[in-house]
Amino acid sequence: MTGPAVSRAEYCVIACAEAWRGDGEVLASPMGLIPSLGARLARRTFAPDLLLTDGEATLVGADGAAEGWLPYRRHLTMVTGGRRHVMMGASQLDRYGNQNISCIGDWAAPTRQLLGVRGAPVNTLNNPVSYWVPRHSPRVFVPEVDMVCGVGYDRAAAAGARYHCLPRVVTDLAVLDFATPDRTMRLASLHPGVTVAQVRAATGFEPAVPDEVPFTRDPSAEELRLIREVLDPEGRREAEVRG
Amino acid sequence: MTDKTMTPEDVVARLRSGMTLGIGGWGSRRKPMALVRALLRSPVTDLTVISYGGPDVGLLAAAGRIRKLVAPFATLDSIPLEPHFRAAREAGAFTLTEIDEAMFMWGLHAAANRLPFLPVRAGLGSDVMRVNPGLRTVTSPYEDGETFVAVPALRMDAALVHLNRADRLGNAQYLGPDPYFDDLFCEAADSAYVSCERLVEPGGFADAVPQTLLVGRHSVTGVVEAPNGAHFTSCVPDYGRDEPFQKLYATTPWEDFAVRFLSGPDEKSYQSAVQAWHEEVR
Repeated sequence: MTGPAVSRAEYCVIACAEAWRGDGEVLASPMGLIPSLGARLARRTFAPDLLLTDGEATLVGADGAAEGWLPYRRHLTMVTGGRRHVMMGASQLDRYGNQNISCIGDWAAPTRQLLGVRGAPVNTLNNPVSYWVPRHSPRVFVPEVDMVCGVGYDRAAAAGARYHCLPRVVTDLAVLDFATPDRTMRLASLHPGVTVAQVRAATGFEPAVPDEVPFTRDPSAEELRLIREVLDPEGRREAEVRG
Repeated sequence: MTDKTMTPEDVVARLRSGMTLGIGGWGSRRKPMALVRALLRSPVTDLTVISYGGPDVGLLAAAGRIRKLVAPFATLDSIPLEPHFRAAREAGAFTLTEIDEAMFMWGLHAAANRLPFLPVRAGLGSDVMRVNPGLRTVTSPYEDGETFVAVPALRMDAALVHLNRADRLGNAQYLGPDPYFDDLFCEAADSAYVSCERLVEPGGFADAVPQTLLVGRHSVTGVVEAPNGAHFTSCVPDYGRDEPFQKLYATTPWEDFAVRFLSGPDEKSYQSAVQAWHEEVR
């Protein structure tokens, strides 16, 4: 490959894009810049059937032209109908994928009030939910979250959830999934330049680590061109993930 | 036919302390801010507020008017966290009933349809069940036997919404891309008040695309003409969000903001203060 080396941010875009591979004709709901670049990259390459929005109430094609209407109440039907795969953020995540975006500390008297539960409870019981964590740290990856908003595998099983699915967690260091017998978090791939020790040090619990951990795949030349020249020519991705 | 036009002051004169009040819009979008500001000029307090929260929640919380808040979030959109909501919550200034976005929507549907609850596949397994111990579950009576959360109806004493156009009878039209849930808020309330950017004269909706006529007069008690009445939230296509002013709101100590912008006698004094600020920073 010619030109500048692939940046960490670009590996993150690829890792996010891969979350939607094979999803078919569902709505990709990316929250945040890198997941948004990932969804649009997937739509333009290996997942052409994905549905995307303009961030408001219009469904748009790869070129941005309108193809449908999706106001909030219809968006919620996509969720409960299961025709959506969202990539949410997480202020805290535990080994089973329980996620918190509501508040830090005791819910009754929080030290830091955050967003509220938003749609995390309905999302996790109805459509695939992946997570994007731009700063992989023990503050985010905790033994126990303070308030379960998004439901993890242990609680989903206890609740008898029929449509629960957490495909992957993408961070600035690695990709994690829940492909273990007890559905706890596993290191699925390292972004090139990152070590297993780095991920362990940045994770507040012990993730499952296979004997051989692959690296997150390289982008193709065409994918790099799309990221750099079409989807993010201003290079905003490099401000979200450095390195 | 009944002419339902009112002033913002007429609306808040019909509200009482202790009421349950629904507020339409979403986040920092098409909020009935002129009516909220009128509420802030009144003595009405001790409110239960039901809202997809934005600066409506922040303003009322900062002013100490909320006893209980029912909301899945509070956000300013381009500023993800609502600072005054956060401060009030961290100070324990009100009781929070935290529910999921979809649970909230089904609660509105239940209230609008005079049902005590609707079943939803949301909440189970999450701590919403722990922090809202009053929530009940319901089991499907059919062969699937699945357990759902029975979301209680979000019935309101009054609802406040803001739309682009309205007539004097209470029919109201949205011209932006998203209706949010404003028609449901009106139908879920015992009385509903619609502020609008511009009143249209009788027959003024003759050429309207019918599905833009979101709110029907049967569900509306009063209509207020309030140009720029969603400021500083968005009310597209009439105007977008006033981002510089929203930033000022989010970064100015509450007392300073309230003295400068909210202490005047009416909505006009607010709009003049905003205009003066814009001229100052230009």
